[in-house]
Amino acid sequence: MSSAELAVAQPESEDALEVNSVSVRFGGVAALSNVSLRVHAGVVTGLIGPNGAGKTTLFNVVSGLQRPNHGEVYIDGRDVTRLGPHRRARLGLARTFQRLELFGTLSALDNVRVGLEARHRESDVDELDTAEKLLERVGVHARRDTQVGSLPTGTARLVELARALSISPKVLLLDEPCSGLDDSESEALGALLRGLAQEGRSILLVEHDTDLVLKICDHIYVLDFGEIIASGSPEVIRADPAVQAAYLGHLDAPETGPLS
Amino acid sequence: METFLSFTVIGIVAGAIYAVTAMGLVVTYTTTGVFNFAQGAVGMVAAFSYWELTQSYHWPVVLALVVVLLVEAPLLGALVEFIFMRRIYGASADRSLMVTLGVLLIMVGVATAVWGQQTLRIVPPFFEGHEVTIFGVVVTYQQLLIVIVAVVIALGLRLYFMNFRSGVAMRAVVDDPELLALAGVAPYRVSRRGWMLGFMLAGLAGVLLAPTVGSTGLNIDTLTLLVVNGYAAAVVGRLRSLPWTFVGGIALGLADAYATGYLPGHIPAALVEQIATIIPAVFLFVALLVVPSARLRAIGRIPVHLPPKVANARQSLVGSGLLVVAVAVISVVAAGSTLATISQGIALGIVALSLVLLTGYGGQVSLCQYTFLGVGAFTMGKVAGGGGSWLGLLAAVGICAALGMLVALPALRLRGLYLALATLAFGEAMYYGFFSNSSIFPGYGGSITVGRLALPGTQGIGDRTEMIEIAVFFGACAIGVLALRRSAFGRRLVAMNDSPAAFATLGIDATVTKMIAFGVSAGMAGLGGVLYAGVQGSISANDVELFASLILLLFVSIWGIRTTAGALLAGLTATILPSLSTHLPPAWAQLSGLVAGLGIVLLGRSPEGVLGVPWLRARVRLPLGDRDALEPSGAFGQTSEGPVGVLS
Repeated sequence: MSSAELAVAQPESEDALEVNSVSVRFGGVAALSNVSLRVHAGVVTGLIGPNGAGKTTLFNVVSGLQRPNHGEVYIDGRDVTRLGPHRRARLGLARTFQRLELFGTLSALDNVRVGLEARHRESDVDELDTAEKLLERVGVHARRDTQVGSLPTGTARLVELARALSISPKVLLLDEPCSGLDDSESEALGALLRGLAQEGRSILLVEHDTDLVLKICDHIYVLDFGEIIASGSPEVIRADPAVQAAYLGHLDAPETGPLS
Repeated sequence: METFLSFTVIGIVAGAIYAVTAMGLVVTYTTTGVFNFAQGAVGMVAAFSYWELTQSYHWPVVLALVVVLLVEAPLLGALVEFIFMRRIYGASADRSLMVTLGVLLIMVGVATAVWGQQTLRIVPPFFEGHEVTIFGVVVTYQQLLIVIVAVVIALGLRLYFMNFRSGVAMRAVVDDPELLALAGVAPYRVSRRGWMLGFMLAGLAGVLLAPTVGSTGLNIDTLTLLVVNGYAAAVVGRLRSLPWTFVGGIALGLADAYATGYLPGHIPAALVEQIATIIPAVFLFVALLVVPSARLRAIGRIPVHLPPKVANARQSLVGSGLLVVAVAVISVVAAGSTLATISQGIALGIVALSLVLLTGYGGQVSLCQYTFLGVGAFTMGKVAGGGGSWLGLLAAVGICAALGMLVALPALRLRGLYLALATLAFGEAMYYGFFSNSSIFPGYGGSITVGRLALPGTQGIGDRTEMIEIAVFFGACAIGVLALRRSAFGRRLVAMNDSPAAFATLGIDATVTKMIAFGVSAGMAGLGGVLYAGVQGSISANDVELFASLILLLFVSIWGIRTTAGALLAGLTATILPSLSTHLPPAWAQLSGLVAGLGIVLLGRSPEGVLGVPWLRARVRLPLGDRDALEPSGAFGQTSEGPVGVLS
């Protein structure tokens, strides 16, 4: 099933992000082996897998923080494998971090402003105003003046998301954005992500809340021991026996609630 | 051919000593994540102890060696680890760097108190009078001993790290030093072993060096700084590879020997000595150019210390105005040398402000701000022909800014530690090659005349008016620094320091940001230098001693490196303490260094300094508008450094 899915070749231009047979080794351990995936424009793509499967390593490879031993990364069809992180960001790639990487001594507002100011300076754009709107959009405007180092984890994650959005990314990598959020907040975030996709942004989402992933993603990849073991629509993933064996063992009763 | 061979022997021997101390640096760095700037001071203390035991107490050489190398050095290492280092594990890189600088200054201060009086201390060579002839070159037993010891140490370390259980445990840490440094917790036993081993190697280098310094005898400063050469060797090993560090040490020794051996025939004799002293710095810069760029890492550690709220435009104007008024009052009351001390203190405050910008906001450490002070004053002296002119001032600031960017350039793409190393080497090279050069600084005491800045339309300027003038400059710089901090550039600078990985993933080039910060900072230090030299009317090598840069950095850090008030207090401390120590017995010659060193290790990891102590913040509305910030709370308090443990 997964190979058939991959075989449907999309025109190059429709892939906002393409990862082509990437391998990463840490010493003798293969963190990623021959991983390929494609993220189409304007959709939410999920990336799930057990802890240690290599999800964060893949994010690091895509964002330029980790050089792969083998393979290439394309953004909008352009090979960025040899570019540094800031060059990739200028091509429209933004990310958040599983272990938060905030500018801890700055306020929430200033965290977002740093991103806004990193872009081309247009005199008619009011950065302060834009920053406030972004914080409003992710729902943390009330904490705009709080130093983010003292925010609770969930709120801080949302600030990180607002900061990622500040560079108007075409491709957005989100590493467990829901951890630290309660159910209703997660749901609101899911709706926000759908909205972002509808604006034409491509989202690659790593998330442990499997119900949410199955609900909001158009396409899902499953990573296990550094290899893609399945990919397809949520229905396909839900039914895939290999996935169930490796990861979603008790998904045959999906109504019982989110996996922890 | 024979001369070539004998230069080679000299080079290999010197290189072997560099290699030993550099391998010690690498062992400590890789096992603890802390780069020990005090490595040279340890070697110095060991050399003096060895002299004391063998020459004053007439102990047998072997016994003295055992006591110094197997008892004193490891004990010192364990003590330093236990008292100073353990409390700062997990602190930011610039903080742990400053604590090792503090240890360096404490050791130099104590050594000055113990061995400071001007006695000629000569350590006789090992195996005096024994030598062999190899390929027509006379090689002393001592030279053989040094090389053999270095090779045995190199092989021994390799064997230890590869085969023994405890060595493998240390190597596990070697594989990812940052992980350990950043994880917040260090396996204490491993890191204590790292400090002890590093200190033993530093001590060994010091003892091997002691008999080779020749008829000038042991010198505290020289021995301490000789290890800057070791830094260069360690950089060749990228601070982690022992074999490459060894190669680096030998290469440096050879470069040194060939240069001092062959240059005299080709260039004026006066230049030879200068060139010899700058070779380690040149070597270090070349090594920095070939070190691959540091890989950015997501470190998952959010700084939660609460920097003081940044004063707004109105507050900083009012603060600066109040300062000028206060200084005007003081200028009427104070007289004589007190007046000069305070004037120079405020001028140094401007140099300290340059560190607020660079280190406080940007997290980049410069160890050569006094070099820019000196270059600024020198430029003023030359451009204005011994007088003072606004053109001279502009030239001083411009040249310092350009020089600063030039120096920082090779290190900027690397981690902050490399920048600190590059600036230290640059400061050393400038001190010996430029400021101590009698053809550049002629005349009595090697000083050149620097005039004061007369106000437009007036002739000359008196002591009191000058003091107010300096205060106005400080106030303007403070307003400028705070305005910069409030600007987009300031946010960027802080962001770069808080999370380099996130910074890059927003599409910002850190190298450009760092370079601008370094240029502005160097220019500001140059301005401070012009004013500083104007007070005394001259500038000389004595004003720009290497340790002075370190001491000022620590003072700003102690008072509060993210406040303009801290900069002012640091500048004043840096002139008042030395003027106090002139009234004390000579043993207290290094009073400033001792206070700076003790202060920084006592403050430990409290990142906001004395002005950031919570009760002080709550009670005092600091001058220049650095207001108190919110109390800490929230999710990250326990995971990384917080405003905890001030003076605890």
